[in-house]
Amino acid sequence: MSMAPVQSSSPIPVVTHTAPSGRLEPKVAARKLNFFYGTNRALKDVSVTLYAKRVTAFIGPSGCGKSTLLRILNRVYDLYPNQRAEGEVLLDGTNILAPGQDINLLRARVGMVFQKPTPFPMSIYENIAFGVRLYERLNKQDLDIRVEQALRRSALWEEVKDKLAANGLSLSGGQQQRLCIARTVAVKPEVILFDEPCSALDPISTAKIEELIDELKDDYTIAIVTHNMQQAARCSDYTAFMYLGELVEFDTTSKMFTSPSDRRTQDYITGRFG
Amino acid sequence: MTMSEHTIKAFDADLQDLTRVVAEMGGLAERQIVNAVEALDKRDIALAERVIADDGKIDALQREIEEKTILTIARRQPMAIDLREIVGALRVSNDLERIGDLAKNIAKRVAALDADFQPQQVMRGVEHMADLVLAQIKDVLDSFARRDAAEALAVWRNDEEIDAVNNSLFRELLTYMMEDPRNISFCTHLLFCAKNIERMGDHATNIAETVYYMVEGRAMAEERPKGDTTAVTNVPFRN
Repeated sequence: MSMAPVQSSSPIPVVTHTAPSGRLEPKVAARKLNFFYGTNRALKDVSVTLYAKRVTAFIGPSGCGKSTLLRILNRVYDLYPNQRAEGEVLLDGTNILAPGQDINLLRARVGMVFQKPTPFPMSIYENIAFGVRLYERLNKQDLDIRVEQALRRSALWEEVKDKLAANGLSLSGGQQQRLCIARTVAVKPEVILFDEPCSALDPISTAKIEELIDELKDDYTIAIVTHNMQQAARCSDYTAFMYLGELVEFDTTSKMFTSPSDRRTQDYITGRFG
Repeated sequence: MTMSEHTIKAFDADLQDLTRVVAEMGGLAERQIVNAVEALDKRDIALAERVIADDGKIDALQREIEEKTILTIARRQPMAIDLREIVGALRVSNDLERIGDLAKNIAKRVAALDADFQPQQVMRGVEHMADLVLAQIKDVLDSFARRDAAEALAVWRNDEEIDAVNNSLFRELLTYMMEDPRNISFCTHLLFCAKNIERMGDHATNIAETVYYMVEGRAMAEERPKGDTTAVTNVPFRN
């Protein structure tokens, strides 16, 4: 098939894909980020920016480094020996990889929701209150308000308001995932990282989570790793395509899914890979 | 640059099938134009009737393409180049369907033409215009088949020549009408035929725009040079 580009001297101006409206402020910026599992280099000089109050999706085949990147942004990897990151991750301009970074404070500012819902084996109320108490001293009334706000924010309140004492594990998978989102939101983070939040959920629960992400972006900076291309296309403003530890392409989601610039991106999103 | 295959082979088959039906439709539309203009030139009413009847085939192909594209979008959820090709096929088929209608419109006028009045120069002009449009349609269908944006762009720019011939035909027909009111009926029919052919050229440029978008992933933003001045043309009456 001929894909001969029109010569650049073409006098015809082109319609360019515009970025989502509103002022763009960088919230998180990875600069020349490298990551090692032992001697295995999982990320190669990745530089990418997450804009404030925007949703950025990370897509790419398994093992491309997208979850690794997410794990660096709130330093979950610190929990494991033999894993180290090089380069910089700037959160509001401050390098969070620098020694001396308060990890607990960082994780309050950068929350994470995992692939499988991970409620604590305690009441619905406590699932949320537990995290809040780690960072703030609130009286009972204020804590009640915080729990309710978080459950409302995660669109779970109406379903659980009459059984807050019930065990979190008694909820359905989709409800459990929203409980985890409520838990994350309750500590008032600035950035929320979603690592395949819907891969274990049915389409209805998935739609609820996506609707939630859309609402949450009014207040938070959001990154989502997903294997579901349609999901990335539906709920993100920007999309990053990663492959073999490299960031191949980063652009507005509308551009990425209609006319990506890199051949590898196109092959991946159209199902021509490998 | 060759496009590698999809992991799901049936998707490739879907896309190839779509391209094949568009090509078939394009071939039919070209034949309809040739026959309609020949029927007009020779006042061949039987041929004109065949053109009118055959328009149904083009309509049927358009419906087939519409069904295939909707099914493919639902089933494959296409992205990027695939999405653009599928939407492109749908748009091209709409333009081809309209081209078919315009050929049918010409054929319908054949029976109404007065057989005695035969202004050769005007008829040659109509034929020349039809030849230009046919070349445009052939080239643009080639550009669709080969995914060639440069060729599509060339077609898009070429439409001005058709407009120029249409303008001169328009003036000529006006002059004939003023010379002798008995020519009015014939000339009016011929005016409409010329207009139909000119409109086919416009659809060819639509297809060119579609092909350009399909291949490049961005639209041609510039206004096409519009050469049709018949809307503001008048020929002064000389007594």
